[in-house]
Amino acid sequence: MLAELVQFLFAGLTAGAIYALVGLGFGLIYNASHVINFAQGEFVMLGGMTTVFAAAAGLPLAAAVAVAILVTVAAGLALEMVAVPTRNASVVTLIIITIGASISYRGAAQAFFDKQFHTLPSFSGEDPIDFLGAAILPQTLWVLGITVLIVIALQLFFHRTLLGKAVLATSHNRLAARLVGINVQLVLLLSFGLSAALGAIAGVLITPITSTNFEVGIMLGLKGFCAAILGGLGSGVGAVVGGLLVGLIEAFGAGYISSEYKDAMAFGIILLVLFFMPSGLFGKRTTERV
Amino acid sequence: MRRRLMRALGMIALALGMVIVGRGPLYAADGSIRIGSFLAVTGPASFLGDPELKTLQMYIELINTDGGVNGRQLELIHYDSQANPKNAVGFVKRLIDQDEVDIIIGGSASGETLAVMPLVDKAEVPFISLAGSIKIIDPVQKWVFKTPHTDRMACQKIFEHMQGEGIQRIGMISGTGGFGKSMQGQCQEVAGDYGIEILADETYGPKDTDMTAQLTKIKGTEGIQAVLNPGFGQGPAIVTKNFRQLGFEVPMYQSHGVASKKYIELAGEAAEGVRLPAAALLVADKLPDTDRQKPVVVAYKQAFEDRHGAGSVSTFGGHAYDALFMAVEAMQRCQCSDAAGVRDELEKTAGFMGTAGEVTMSPEDHLGLGLSAFRMLEVKGGDWALLD
Repeated sequence: MLAELVQFLFAGLTAGAIYALVGLGFGLIYNASHVINFAQGEFVMLGGMTTVFAAAAGLPLAAAVAVAILVTVAAGLALEMVAVPTRNASVVTLIIITIGASISYRGAAQAFFDKQFHTLPSFSGEDPIDFLGAAILPQTLWVLGITVLIVIALQLFFHRTLLGKAVLATSHNRLAARLVGINVQLVLLLSFGLSAALGAIAGVLITPITSTNFEVGIMLGLKGFCAAILGGLGSGVGAVVGGLLVGLIEAFGAGYISSEYKDAMAFGIILLVLFFMPSGLFGKRTTERV
Repeated sequence: MRRRLMRALGMIALALGMVIVGRGPLYAADGSIRIGSFLAVTGPASFLGDPELKTLQMYIELINTDGGVNGRQLELIHYDSQANPKNAVGFVKRLIDQDEVDIIIGGSASGETLAVMPLVDKAEVPFISLAGSIKIIDPVQKWVFKTPHTDRMACQKIFEHMQGEGIQRIGMISGTGGFGKSMQGQCQEVAGDYGIEILADETYGPKDTDMTAQLTKIKGTEGIQAVLNPGFGQGPAIVTKNFRQLGFEVPMYQSHGVASKKYIELAGEAAEGVRLPAAALLVADKLPDTDRQKPVVVAYKQAFEDRHGAGSVSTFGGHAYDALFMAVEAMQRCQCSDAAGVRDELEKTAGFMGTAGEVTMSPEDHLGLGLSAFRMLEVKGGDWALLD
């Protein structure tokens, strides 16, 4: 009984950690530009696929990961440079541009790499670890550990460094930030790059468990978006809690109720939460000033 | 003024001329036999459509350099359906009305095949499908044939093997994609015939990335002697990994949906000991020399891999090979290429040895394969090994 519970818990946490990383990426870009970047899932895909192909080309795993993060960051920066200079474009237009970008990245991956599924070796072996009767893959610990590290690093970055504070200031009020001398252009570039890096790391971490192909970004992006919305768009804590919640609901739903409806349950609960708390669990309650 | 008018008229005439010339090749019958095709070359089922198209292109080229069929060249007209039934319907309309093809070979996935069946029936064009579902040929439709074995046959083959191993109670975990769902239903229907009871019946979405929750439930079910996983794509590879992670002590059976090297590559060591039914093509080199199917599968494998690289051959391309040569042989037998003649002759196919097995069709059976088309395999040392 307990073994089952722990098994479901870890299944949920692993998936949830990835959703959280994707959700954080959504939040970063949203804060800086008010754009919802629908190419976020493609960053995850690019991270995984580039690592696979760089490793296949003979690079050691660590170098392949570095290459993958660089390539993905470049893709993120390119998106910012294409999307944001459309100065007078409304946010909706920018969002549509990101949808276009997601399709382009998918197409490019299909052409550059291939249409097959690929996997990576686990970072530290495939032998499951027995924990309270549940079997846990070492890779799961990697996923959880690195996610925790990233969350801590982001917190430090935003609250302890000048650059991080500049990003926060821009997210609160772009005009005011510019008036106090913050380079808003740089902040925008930074948040797209950072968000792409987060996605790439998520992609690298998850590939040994789930394998990857050029289309995995669609579903991961959608789930990450749900995580961000559930937690409150733009809230860092919210994205993490939201991601873990979505993952846990899925795992427990599939385990205890029915695997047929696990996606429906996750999306249903999100609808309920938004119905009663439209700005998400941790979102700022904004009051319109008349 | 006049001059300008003349020039304008001249331009129009020129333009019209170009339009007419431009349309020329579209309608030029020039004596070639037109083979129409719609395949999922890209999209979620690209692993089916891609080798199928490569196979058709390669063999049509070979047949043409050998002088064609009945002294006429073959011409392939192909569209990429991306496994989307809507696209498929549009393309089949175009194949029939605009391209005026003599026969259609295509339909990588069951969904798109079922969607176009009413069309080919109405237009009375012979159609050989490359998709798995039993619904394509049961009930028999006059103009529709297919080459791949059905999910029901795979279930029967698996259960036959389980019976031999004394397995009576199993857990099933199926993908909810078209393939998994169809096979799940077929297996449920025939399980009773082999005295097999399905004690746990779980599912997972085609894009799911973790099935430990479902498998934990199956593991907790009392008396399970084996686990069966109908599905294709990366899902079964994840199921296999999760299965090993949870430390099951019973054997795992996969379906013919994962009968490709890609599965072993994705599941890695976790695939060791997994059993599955598959076409002979997969173990072409390992077949005994007395096997009548051996020359066909070895030749196809060699031809495909010479062109597309070692290890690139898949059973899916084999389905296209079977369809093409069944059609070519029918045309040669009747010395015709008209729809009705070819259809009647296809139905009389007897003793045709293809990559899927020996085919003998009849008005009641538009597939014509027996259970012997499948071989039971086990993954051993990262490769397939024959079980029987």
